[in-house]
Amino acid sequence: MKYLYLVWKSLWRKKVRTILTILSVFIAFLLFGLLSALNQVFGGSADLANAQRLVTLDKISIINSLPSAYLQRIESVAGVERVAHASWFGGYYQDPKNQFAQFAVDPERYLGVYPEVLVAEEQRDRWMRTRDSVLVGRDLMEAFEWSVGDRIPMYSSIWTNKSGGQVWDFEIAGVFDSDDPRGNTQLMLIQYDYFDEGRAFGNGTMGWFILSIDGAGNAAEIANAVDTQFANSPNQTKTSTEAAFAESFISQYGNIALIISLILTAVFFTILLVSGNTMAQSVRERIPELAVLKTLGFQDKGVLGIVLAESTFVMLIGGGLGLGVAVLIVNVLGLVPLPGFYLDGAALMQGGVYILLAGLLAGIFPAIRAMRLTIIDALSRA
Amino acid sequence: MSWLQQIIAVTVLNLRSIPQRLGASLVAIVGVAAVVGVFAGVLSMASGFKKTMIAAGATDSVVILRAGSTGELASAISNEQIQIIRTAPGVRRNSTAPEVSGELYVVVDVAKKSTDESANVPLRGVQPGAFAIRENMSIIEGRSFEEGKNELVVGRSAQRQFKGLELGGTIPFGVVEWTVVGVFEDDGSVSESELWADVRVVQATYRRGNSFQTVRAKLQSPDSIDELKAALDADPRIDVDVVNEREFYSQQSKAMSDLISFVGYPLTILMSIGAIFGALNTMYSSISARAKEIATLRAIGFRPLAILISVIIESGALAIIGGILGGGLAWLFLNGFTVSTLNSASFSQVVFDFAVSPTLIVQGLIAAIVIGLVGGLFPAIRAVRLPVTTALREL
Amino acid sequence: MSKDLVVLTDISRTYQKGKEKVEVLHKLDLTIEEGDFLALMGPSGSGKTTLLNMLGGLDKPTSGSVRVGNDELQNMSSSALSRWRANNIGFIFQFYNLLPVLTAQKNVELPLLLTNLNGKERARRAATALSIVGLEDRANHYPRELSGGQEQRVAIARAIVSDPNLLLCDEPTGDLDRETADEILQLLQALNRDHNKTIVMVTHDAQAAEYAKHVLHMDKGTLATEVAA
Repeated sequence: MKYLYLVWKSLWRKKVRTILTILSVFIAFLLFGLLSALNQVFGGSADLANAQRLVTLDKISIINSLPSAYLQRIESVAGVERVAHASWFGGYYQDPKNQFAQFAVDPERYLGVYPEVLVAEEQRDRWMRTRDSVLVGRDLMEAFEWSVGDRIPMYSSIWTNKSGGQVWDFEIAGVFDSDDPRGNTQLMLIQYDYFDEGRAFGNGTMGWFILSIDGAGNAAEIANAVDTQFANSPNQTKTSTEAAFAESFISQYGNIALIISLILTAVFFTILLVSGNTMAQSVRERIPELAVLKTLGFQDKGVLGIVLAESTFVMLIGGGLGLGVAVLIVNVLGLVPLPGFYLDGAALMQGGVYILLAGLLAGIFPAIRAMRLTIIDALSRA
Repeated sequence: MSWLQQIIAVTVLNLRSIPQRLGASLVAIVGVAAVVGVFAGVLSMASGFKKTMIAAGATDSVVILRAGSTGELASAISNEQIQIIRTAPGVRRNSTAPEVSGELYVVVDVAKKSTDESANVPLRGVQPGAFAIRENMSIIEGRSFEEGKNELVVGRSAQRQFKGLELGGTIPFGVVEWTVVGVFEDDGSVSESELWADVRVVQATYRRGNSFQTVRAKLQSPDSIDELKAALDADPRIDVDVVNEREFYSQQSKAMSDLISFVGYPLTILMSIGAIFGALNTMYSSISARAKEIATLRAIGFRPLAILISVIIESGALAIIGGILGGGLAWLFLNGFTVSTLNSASFSQVVFDFAVSPTLIVQGLIAAIVIGLVGGLFPAIRAVRLPVTTALREL
Repeated sequence: MSKDLVVLTDISRTYQKGKEKVEVLHKLDLTIEEGDFLALMGPSGSGKTTLLNMLGGLDKPTSGSVRVGNDELQNMSSSALSRWRANNIGFIFQFYNLLPVLTAQKNVELPLLLTNLNGKERARRAATALSIVGLEDRANHYPRELSGGQEQRVAIARAIVSDPNLLLCDEPTGDLDRETADEILQLLQALNRDHNKTIVMVTHDAQAAEYAKHVLHMDKGTLATEVAA
């Protein structure tokens, strides 16, 4: 610890240079934070997905509906504890730009398989009681500045109602949160019974089924049992774990994760170069000083440590600030309105590891050079 | 010496000493190259996507959807409504029939070649007139499907990107086996991501009765759209949106290309700021290494402004080299790189190529120049402000 | 009664310079008694600095032995030599070699970082060393705020702060004017006389050499004559 003062002082030998380096490291780790959060948008829902839940879809295409009679038949499969169903409403609020997900669900069944959906008891009861009411996710409520009790018109681009129009009026019965900060609360839950009776066509069908099962171990077996039930019917099904489903859906976006990691690599490589070069420069300028330290009796390893500590310090300051501001933007202020745009502990941990790694990598060559310099040669350059 | 001569003399002196500061200069170049490379890379995705989507749109074709539909998937049009459209004014006719195609747009699961993961591939059921309406479309291998049979013609991009679409092969969708009988191309447009079949067969397979989702129609001229719109609006039996095909596709691409730009531009700005710090660092150390030299020049009588400008020229030159390098690498490695992604607007896969366009390269170079100028300016001011006597005394 | 602090026996030192071998020291024998103040003179390239480096464990002989106190330096590893230097040797250079980022006080404390002393004790000892060289009022100044003579005094304080027996000075007055040089030399003399420090000083300057008890002349890697001061 007593060397820290020396390291700290040496760091500020050239103030402008150190500050500029810290700032570029800051930018790099700010970028890292933002891109990690973005990665969560594309990949995060797969992490959140539950292996204890299965999803049953039409085999040919996710857009096809299934007969509602399937509900009981799936329920009867051994190992299935609860079954819920959901259907696309496919609507928007006021302007086609305001698109978000709306599912028509059976309230009791839905909340039964999604325990992570948190809603005040009184609001839940109100939703269950009121047929034309909806439960709205926290993010949506805030985005549109709705409050409980508001009546809102939703325009469905798929479903005509029995009166021939496509505008459906709903009352907001309550708001729900997720028990995980990454959870998607840009979602509106509509009562299925009201929706099914109201729509002009497609009655008696359900979009997909969500199954909760009693043990993760036999998920494959249960999925297989469900699909076998419907193997000879016109609507064959495809059942997979929620995780596999989410993953396959994300993979449809293609190589976005790869592109993000390529960008990060480019950024990191550049930052390493910049700060490595700065360190090398600073060591070059201080060769006589480092030699003096050795003459005074500092060990080779001690000098190595001092130089490494300097570069690590630069990274810690810049990187720490960068991650901090990223957390501020993403988690605290929530400036980016994308579902799942969140920096979790794992990403921050990864950032921390990168900071240390970058400190070591940027400092190691100058440090070795400092360690190896012979006192006599170095002093004669003074 | 004249101004210009002074500037040139100092600049030459600066540039000649670059080999001694090779490390720092390279760092500045690489920093700028990374910015321009990432910028061009990310935005070439957006521009490639847009290009593919817009190539599909002709100005004298229209897409007709049920009023309020946000995409083909959500639309629905009945057979009766199609009959109305066939006889509506403004629609072009060939020798035998009006050029109108009622179409059904569904999404089927097909595995991607690259990942083996299943993807939403659009399957379009079309009426016989569909090929003629899309004037750039042609079958390049095999033949068109026969009416009433489970036969597919597949887009060239779809065939390259997805599994099991070889000519002559069969692919099961649910219980039905389809045979691939032809391959079509369409000027690299989004249509090439699709699979086409007889609409009657698709209706039967997907139990859609005699209903359609959208209608494509050729107009007598691009201006006929108003005439057609007016006629359909006036007809109480039909409630539809008539959209110019080009406009339709640019709407469909908007969300996606907006998202990419939404990520790409802030990313570039942030990276540029990082690169400016790098350039500043390089130039500051370059100047402090030559403080004595600069002071000597000043003492002999070189004018401060000549020194200032020459420093900026040096950093500008480094930045431009970096910009060309980064843009060049992006062009070399990314231009024409084919990917497919899910277009959320159509809920189906679009196959497209990265397009590193000249506009993007120019924008990237402008960013590089800005980085160079800002990165050179402050160090240059410092160089000029340095008192001659102090600098001479310093090492 | 005095005893021998340094005993150099038959030492030679050759360097490889390109393809040529250069012999800087040639079969040199030298004994320095504890409490001596020895000036080493001689033309450039005569080997005086090499000899000084040898005494400080910065350089090793190609052959021969170097004993300082009870330690045989030629057999010690470089990290053992580092530790040994920290305890036994104080260095004073022509260009002072202070760290520009540290105050006088912190510069003097530097060698004490290698000891187990706590911060308070380090500060106390550094202050004592500074008062010995007469700079207690400059403790919080940075090197750039000091004159050359003051910088050299700080360097001397740094050399004596860990209380070594042997001070090695390489042209300590080479960069100073006559008057300041005399002050520095008087300070060294006082350290030799009052604090019983053994001093070996390399110098070009005959006037500086006069402050020493003994003067040795070197030429082509060997000792020429001994002159009593």
